Amino acid sequence: MPVTWKWESQRKQYGKALVELGKERGDIVVMDADLSSSTRTSDFLAAFPERFFNVGIAEQNMMDTAAGLAASGKTVFVSTFAVFGTGRCYDQIRQSIAYPKLNVKIVASHAGITVGGDGASHQIIEDIALMRVLPNMTVIVPVDSLETYNAVKAVSKTPGPVYVRIGRADVPTLTDKNTPFELNSATVMRDGADVTLIGCGIMVARCLEAAEELAKHGVDARVVNLHTIKPLDEKTIVKAARETGGVVTAEEHSVMMGMGSAVAMCLVENFHVPMKRVGIPDTFGESGGCEELMTKYGLTAENIVEAAHDVLRRKK
Amino acid sequence: MTDIPRESRRRHPQGDARLEIYDGEFIRQLESIAKKVRRHSIRMIYQAGSGHPGGSLSGADIMVALYFHVMKHDPKRPDWQDRDRFVLSKGHAAPALYAVLAESGYFPVEELDTLRKMGSRLQGHPCLGKTPGVEMSTGSLGHGLAAGNGMALAAKLDRRLHRVYVLLGDGEMDVGETWEAAMLASHYKLDNVTAYVDRNKLQLDGPTEKIMSLEPLADKWKAFGWHVIEINGHNMKEIIHATNEAKGVKGRPTVVICHTIKGKGVSYMEGSLHFHGKAPSDEEYEQAMKELGD
Ligand SMILES: Cc1ncc(C[n+]2csc(CCOP(=O)(O)OP(=O)(O)O)c2C)c(N)n1
Repeated sequence: MPVTWKWESQRKQYGKALVELGKERGDIVVMDADLSSSTRTSDFLAAFPERFFNVGIAEQNMMDTAAGLAASGKTVFVSTFAVFGTGRCYDQIRQSIAYPKLNVKIVASHAGITVGGDGASHQIIEDIALMRVLPNMTVIVPVDSLETYNAVKAVSKTPGPVYVRIGRADVPTLTDKNTPFELNSATVMRDGADVTLIGCGIMVARCLEAAEELAKHGVDARVVNLHTIKPLDEKTIVKAARETGGVVTAEEHSVMMGMGSAVAMCLVENFHVPMKRVGIPDTFGESGGCEELMTKYGLTAENIVEAAHDVLRRKK
Repeated sequence: MTDIPRESRRRHPQGDARLEIYDGEFIRQLESIAKKVRRHSIRMIYQAGSGHPGGSLSGADIMVALYFHVMKHDPKRPDWQDRDRFVLSKGHAAPALYAVLAESGYFPVEELDTLRKMGSRLQGHPCLGKTPGVEMSTGSLGHGLAAGNGMALAAKLDRRLHRVYVLLGDGEMDVGETWEAAMLASHYKLDNVTAYVDRNKLQLDGPTEKIMSLEPLADKWKAFGWHVIEINGHNMKEIIHATNEAKGVKGRPTVVICHTIKGKGVSYMEGSLHFHGKAPSDEEYEQAMKELGD
């Protein structure tokens, strides 16, 4: 990875954004389920103890309580690890948050396989799928810490249920103050005419690395940061497909029904091009180091390069 | 691997469980295994660079008493149908469970050092089917008691006499499903279930009574129809006596509320929130090994 990248924790920026929101608005309430020191909602607790509720290890209870608070006019941020903030309390999210379109923002950390040593029980690779299939739910996967901050600020102003997925590990900062962050609008990180690499979360950095590598072989790759997976920015996706003629998606998530599937469905109905999805195959993860896992489960820049070459071959 | 000679366990001639007599030597042997298990746990977490020392150390004595005295099991036949079952509901204490299983002979002690590493049979949290001796996949808290109930129901259906032991964290008492399972066990009169609550009074974010108050905890279990025993969870005799008492209780399940100390055995981990889920540094590791030396 380029040494110039600055690595930072998304959770830290989440905590910072929450405290600022707490200062700006009295309707902001924050909840956690015995993981506040990890998710950094503890920053909000320190600043606004009376507007923070720790429910203990009771994620289902947390979601319905959040629904009640939201139904009474509060804007509620709820946090825990992604595995416990989605699958564990799916019915609560479905029945009490998504269905009545309540103003609950689920910001879940430790998503994906990069959780590492804890193993498959904690490595959720199905959360994007679970959340994007829920009507009324917005699904965001911020690319870095700054975008996490921007996303939290943006969703606080957008009514309705939102799922924001962040990770455990520090991530390279790819955006800056001038990068626009608009919900529902993907960011083109690098222009290119031969093939498009669409990434989300930590895979965007790997798409950029892959694009560098492809450039060495005379391939001009476009890189898109698809931070909002729902609603899907179909315009940017179709435009990229039309202009480059081939698409590779890359996500730290199961290839079953994640971001890549959303893109594939969009293209199959709108504009056919050769496509390849890079992601975790249909299997549970395991304990291991982050990079070891990324390699074993096919989430490296080389995997993206390979997929791009496959797409380029099929383009001809 | 450690074995205690059968002769050192003395039983009361009339077979009254509560009067069972254990000589000092036998208890000392159990305690020395527990110390070994603590050393393994800390070394494993240190070498992995991550894991949960606090809850591994607080639950170690209970697991040692179960595997080295109470439970009917055979490490050479992990699939023996009549074995007693143990479910580590607080799955993050996996290092202690793995150490107990290795010392019992389920797999080589050397394998302990592969904890959390790529390709290891010893996953960060217990995984059924991957590690010999592990009876249920756990790690997401609050599932273990219900899973144990399922095993107990199966035993009743099959008219088998084996028993089910479940170790729960006190933070797990926050989980609704724990109480759903508590209700089910008494509804179905699962007297073959014994649950242990590792009552170290700390969860991840702070003291249980501050995060989500549990008291009066014993009364809650009583209200759910359970026979309740309270003991010092670091005293082998008390653990064994409570378990024997549970075996004698008919028509309802028993819960043993074990008063424990999170991080028990390593001075700077005792009562510490910091070491809930953090590996020791080099110096901390050295000191822990000194304190846990024979
Ligand atoms: C459903 C669920 N929510 C959150 C967690 C994260 N977590 C791991 S350990 C822990 C605290 C457990 O406290 P307790 O049960 O008291 O265990 P002990 O103190 O004995 O380690 C939490 C919140 C989890 N593993 N599962």
